[in-house]
Amino acid sequence: MALITLSVDGESHTFDAEPDMPLLYALRDHLALKNPRFGCGLAQCGACTVLMDGQPIRSCVMPVAAVTGELTTLGGLAVNGTPHVVQQAFIDEQVPFCGYCVSGWVLYAVALLERDPAPSDEAIRAAFAGLKCRCGAHSAILRAVNRAAGELQRA
Amino acid sequence: MEFDATVSRRDVLKGSGALVVAVVAPRALSQAPAGDGQQGPFWRELSPAQLDTYLAIDEQGLVTAYFGKMDMGQGVDLSIAQIVAEELHMALDDVAVVMGDTALTVNQGGASGSTGLEQGAKPLRNAAAEARRVLSELGARHLGLLMSQVGSQGGAVYALDDPTQRVSYGELLGGQHFDVKLEWNGRFGNTLDARGRETPKPSSIYETVGKPFQRRDLPGIVMGTRDYIVDVRLPGMLHGRVVRPPVAGSVPANFDSDSIAHIPGARVVHEGDYLGVVAEREWDAIKAARELDVTWTDVDAPFPEMASLYDHIREAPVVRESAGGGRAADVAPDLESFDAALARANRVIEAEYEFPFQSHASMAPACAVCDFRGDHAILWTGSQKPHYAAQGVAQLLGLPVENVRGIWVPGPGSYGRNDAGDAAMDAALMSKAAGRPVRVQGMRDEGSGWDPKGPASIHHVRASFDAAGNVTAYCFRSKGFSAGDTESNESNPSHTYAGMLTGWPDASVQRFNNPGDRYEFPNKVQYWQTIAPLLGRASPLRTAHLRDPLGPQIHFASESFVDEMAHAVNTDPIEFRLRYLEEQRDADVLRAAAERYAWQPRVAATREIRSGDVATGRGVAYTRRNNSVVAVIAEVDVNLRTGRVWPRRFVVAADQGIVVNPLWLRRTLEGNVIHGMSRTLHEEVRFSRERVTSIDWLSYPILEMADAPEEIDIVLVNRPELPPYGAGEPSTRTITPAIANAIFDATGVRLRRAPFTAERMLEALEAAAT
Ligand code: FES
Ligand code: FES
Repeated sequence: MALITLSVDGESHTFDAEPDMPLLYALRDHLALKNPRFGCGLAQCGACTVLMDGQPIRSCVMPVAAVTGELTTLGGLAVNGTPHVVQQAFIDEQVPFCGYCVSGWVLYAVALLERDPAPSDEAIRAAFAGLKCRCGAHSAILRAVNRAAGELQRA
Repeated sequence: MEFDATVSRRDVLKGSGALVVAVVAPRALSQAPAGDGQQGPFWRELSPAQLDTYLAIDEQGLVTAYFGKMDMGQGVDLSIAQIVAEELHMALDDVAVVMGDTALTVNQGGASGSTGLEQGAKPLRNAAAEARRVLSELGARHLGLLMSQVGSQGGAVYALDDPTQRVSYGELLGGQHFDVKLEWNGRFGNTLDARGRETPKPSSIYETVGKPFQRRDLPGIVMGTRDYIVDVRLPGMLHGRVVRPPVAGSVPANFDSDSIAHIPGARVVHEGDYLGVVAEREWDAIKAARELDVTWTDVDAPFPEMASLYDHIREAPVVRESAGGGRAADVAPDLESFDAALARANRVIEAEYEFPFQSHASMAPACAVCDFRGDHAILWTGSQKPHYAAQGVAQLLGLPVENVRGIWVPGPGSYGRNDAGDAAMDAALMSKAAGRPVRVQGMRDEGSGWDPKGPASIHHVRASFDAAGNVTAYCFRSKGFSAGDTESNESNPSHTYAGMLTGWPDASVQRFNNPGDRYEFPNKVQYWQTIAPLLGRASPLRTAHLRDPLGPQIHFASESFVDEMAHAVNTDPIEFRLRYLEEQRDADVLRAAAERYAWQPRVAATREIRSGDVATGRGVAYTRRNNSVVAVIAEVDVNLRTGRVWPRRFVVAADQGIVVNPLWLRRTLEGNVIHGMSRTLHEEVRFSRERVTSIDWLSYPILEMADAPEEIDIVLVNRPELPPYGAGEPSTRTITPAIANAIFDATGVRLRRAPFTAERMLEALEAAAT
């Protein structure tokens, strides 16, 4: 056991845990957060995605003791209750079916638009390699990312 | 998500500020509800013959509709709200829908057979129409007018000659029972129907039905505030994991509890041949399941070599054969007239198609929570059929059905009888054993390695022609594993993993189906044969319903073969189909697809080169499922060097009866196309002689963003004169053959074994070249 401190969505938490326990279980079980969700535990789907200093990571394979930065979950993206532009685009395009996968797609899209505010279709597809959506929301996701990029350019 | 298990429907009404008293015969809250049903510990049996079962109005005039089917992310509940709002002349925002709680809704069958609107909306529509009548009557009395002198609009009844004279539904009935009897057809499940004296509105005056409203649960999903089944947390809850055998069919001979003694709070759950572990923390439960030292019984490897799966199916003895529906009595195929016609034929063609086992492979392995309290239990489940799941849990726990409450909480997608039905039983069994609430979630390998599978099958098709190229006989035979080895709901523990390992008797059913097309071929025979499962009990290759049960397999074969028939007689595949389709709805849908695509007739593979190594082709398929008609044209690129098959564009024409919500009908069809594409291009459950080896997303690949099509163009053939027909699944079956036929057009090569992986495409191209 080790004393772990995490900064998640702007709040600091300290608790006892095994250092090699994946971050996902710390967020879900110790901090009772619901957004990163277990999909595979193998870094193959993205359901467990959170941002660490703005970069998407797979919390299911990241040992909790290896976390070095500020974490942002899907639930922490909104600013004062206003959805992030990517979230608003996902709502406007009515993207999710079951929505279980959504942390991965939204957070990878946030990171993509951060580094490339006008991504090509190719760049969008490449940025999403390794993410899964079993319900088949892919076409709507592409529309949403293009919409969000358009919004950013207008802003 | 914290739960108060004592919430009842009446508490829900109270909680929303509504005091529930009867209109006609006042009844205090403390009194037992009128009429039928036993009183369980926290709920009453809801009578399908009572208007209050379906609708409640609070003092603000807000309506809650209680829906006994389910939405699996396709907006079915939204459409129900539209239909109820329509009948009640209300704003959509003032109608909420409750579903998935057995204490609050009657059993309308859960999510099942794409009947959410086709069947499930009927009693709701009727109840809302009847409620409008009752409210109009009350309103007329309130305003001192006759029924013929009032109308209703915006949730209020008003005087026709002076609309300022009005009284709202909330004032008239808010917080009180309707206490109005409906005529119920005596059924539960999908076909439950009930009606009052009032007839629903004609579609010609619809205002809310037919509009593209957005899903109301969607902001919560995207903002990360909605609860999923994995978020259910109860005080004192333990985490459980199932311990699965290394060889399918082997059971624990011995285990050493000391091997997990070092893990805090870890305990073994052992009943019959069932083995699991529980622990206080989830990570500890995972470790305990991995580290528990178990000696497993020696068993013979139960499966054939994967490479010989189709030979196994071909050679296996037939257990059941019928030309009728799987749930109907056997019908003998009339092969005599077929054989006679064949003997006279000028020309005969035949082909055989093969389709693999496929996994539900939901986005996450299933999760369930159960709180067993001795004389009653509460189940939180992602099962798409919570009423049946609760019944199964009651049986497993030895409780009366009314003492188990099932509460659906959204899960990681559901496309049929997936592992959610098993997880419900796992949680119940472990909660009983541990004496605490238990949450069970599988690991990834269980999500595709142990869920019930879509059946593998082969399909043999023959057709004959006369000298003029007219079809003279047609015979379609399927042979495969049953769709009911595991039943489509988990009301009987015999159909669950935990039930099978704790001694529930075998209850598997032999069932298959025929193509749903309406081709008017002379001497047409369609029949099916089922074979025994590879392993009878607790098998990781158990077969069950998977989105559009049997549809993709059967129609891959039937619609590929129709293309082969057209080609055999040098006829354009759309023209050929139209020649044999007599029903207007079938022809209209095919024509709608052809027109949108700007289809160019062809009588042979075009083998067009798009650029470099990429050939491109177009394929069509038309299918029916019950009352739904779909035609798809796929435009597919085939890389002749790498074998990569990429469907870049689809036109989907769908006649689903009246369109209730065009936005979510389109989204639903789009999801079906992509799910269908994934299954067509990638999905095949792998197995060794001992076990299923598709245990993650590498060994069970599905479609990724790189493969998403450029365009899915959807044409809705609206039929305002018809009821809404199921859309949740039917288009799925059209995708595989449309892609197969496009591959033929691009390359001149027929793929008759799914999935169409790059390796398989390349092999077929090489074989054709030699
Ligand atoms: S759960 Fe972490 S990538 Fe799938
Ligand atoms: S919406 Fe269900 S997995 Fe993506």
